[in-house]
Amino acid sequence: MKQFLSFVRKELYHVFRDSKTLLMLFGLPIVLIVLFGFAVTNEIKNAKIIVCDYAKDPASQEIINKLTVNTTFNLEKTLLNHSQIEEAFKKEDIKLAIVFPANFNKDLLHLNKAQVQIIADASDPNTASTLTNYAMAVIMDYQMDLMQNSNLPYRITPEIRMLYNPELKGATNFVPGIMALVLLLVCVLMTAVSIVKEKEMGTMEILLVSPFNPLLVIISKALPFLLLSFVNLVVILTLSVTLLDMPINGSLLLLVAESTLLIICALSLGLLISNNTHSQQTAMLLAMMGMMLPTILFTGFMFPLENMPVALQILANIFPSKWYYIIVKSIMIKGLGFSAIWKETLILLGTTILLLVLSLKTFKKRLE
Amino acid sequence: MTNEVVIKTDKLTKRFGDFIATNEVTFEVYAGEIFGFLGANGAGKTTAMKMLCGLSTPSSGNATIAGFDIYKQTEQIKKHIGYMSQKFSLYEDLTVLENIQFFGGIYGLSDKQLKEKSNELIETLGLKSEAKKLVGSLPLGWKQKLAFSVAVLHEPQIVFLDEPTGGVDPVTRRQFWDLIYQAADKGITIFVTTHYMDEAEYCNRVSIMVDGVIEALDTPANLKQQFSATSMDEVFYELARGAKRSE
Repeated sequence: MKQFLSFVRKELYHVFRDSKTLLMLFGLPIVLIVLFGFAVTNEIKNAKIIVCDYAKDPASQEIINKLTVNTTFNLEKTLLNHSQIEEAFKKEDIKLAIVFPANFNKDLLHLNKAQVQIIADASDPNTASTLTNYAMAVIMDYQMDLMQNSNLPYRITPEIRMLYNPELKGATNFVPGIMALVLLLVCVLMTAVSIVKEKEMGTMEILLVSPFNPLLVIISKALPFLLLSFVNLVVILTLSVTLLDMPINGSLLLLVAESTLLIICALSLGLLISNNTHSQQTAMLLAMMGMMLPTILFTGFMFPLENMPVALQILANIFPSKWYYIIVKSIMIKGLGFSAIWKETLILLGTTILLLVLSLKTFKKRLE
Repeated sequence: MTNEVVIKTDKLTKRFGDFIATNEVTFEVYAGEIFGFLGANGAGKTTAMKMLCGLSTPSSGNATIAGFDIYKQTEQIKKHIGYMSQKFSLYEDLTVLENIQFFGGIYGLSDKQLKEKSNELIETLGLKSEAKKLVGSLPLGWKQKLAFSVAVLHEPQIVFLDEPTGGVDPVTRRQFWDLIYQAADKGITIFVTTHYMDEAEYCNRVSIMVDGVIEALDTPANLKQQFSATSMDEVFYELARGAKRSE
């Protein structure tokens, strides 16, 4: 035990003397939270839109009024014909166009149903889908007003496709993703690098010649990063709640427990990487390629998984961050308990055990 | 020096595929002796040493270190040996004192022992004013001396030194050998590889390895007589000239 403590103390020296890495480790979650929470946000204000009104009747006017008072939209102008729309998209920074067909009000009143076309600038799919959703909400709002005053089932059918889950908006989407990213970064990258460093420096030989149990080497290497991860977790959660008004609707204990599972999973992956590499650069590259990139791509917090080709959607399943992301969202936002996320937890646990067994199998007690 | 055998190998062999790095090496090292393990680059010295330290499993043959079997009792062996590798192997981002305490700590020294030992060590090496400096800032010669002192901190029966004086200036090499003699006086057996033939002269006995096989093993004086040479340099050259492989 005393030997183990000496080792942990030495690891803490390593971590705390490398001030640049330390700054990165603590600075990163803060920067990411602020960046994603404020600068990169899905919530849109004052998006420029145009309306093309062929109907010019009370119904279309009423909807246009509702759009005008909404802070999300900034109604630039009302056009008279369809061909001007494309031009407006190209020349001006127009995000959305809404087209009312002729006889809009008449159709609505006589046929009880009418159509409206919503055209979005899809070069930015996230913005496009969010704006589309907002526009629909405004139209539905009008429809509800109409139905309150009458018994007739009026229906306005918008001509768009749902691209994005309307439940998600702004920071709520990013915080769970950042949690996965930071925990993985700290644990996988730092563990792998710190073990490979011993190999590269030649100190691993000395450690293996000593009576110190090689498994304890691994545990004492992982321990400081486990602690750092918990600190990061607390920082992220505190910032999210205070700065971004993120809710923690579910059990905090469950959230911490699930996070611990991801941390162990990441530590095992870091160990696996370090077992199979001989230089810090390779380890770093592998950790980046094998973990950072898939986390950003396949977790679903930056690029909606639903929009990906089926092959990539299937591929996303093998990355633990995807399941952790679902778990965190369920706990924090939806406030669900363990019964709702046991499947994801099981997958995460399975992955962790697999990685742990693999890494312990490949760990060499002797140098060959 | 006694006749008690502390290292005994019997046809110790290490193969890497078709390549036989160490071929049926058999020798004995006695307690308290300074044993020089010589050979050209690629002769198989480091491989042999790694097997003796338990870092590498032999392909065949037997060996005992301090009376323990190198296949079954590696944990026991580890407690009784010290090791200093070719690469400098202290932590550069730790201070002199922290390095001493760390290595003492993983060898299970008590707090009291650790305190005594580190004071004594810093005193002998004359590192008092450097004790709280990072090892990375010390000159190479001092680092090597410190690495050696750390390797014998737990008073092992045998210490393995793999080219400990590589890249060190002649004066520091001399000081380094003073440390080796001091350790030998305490009864620690020294097993050392080197490329410097003047250092070979300091050893009690030397073995010379060529192409994975021990070609000669005796005291420097006897070897010189055997090969009618005036220095170990000539002896080594005579033997190593026939080597077929090099690094």
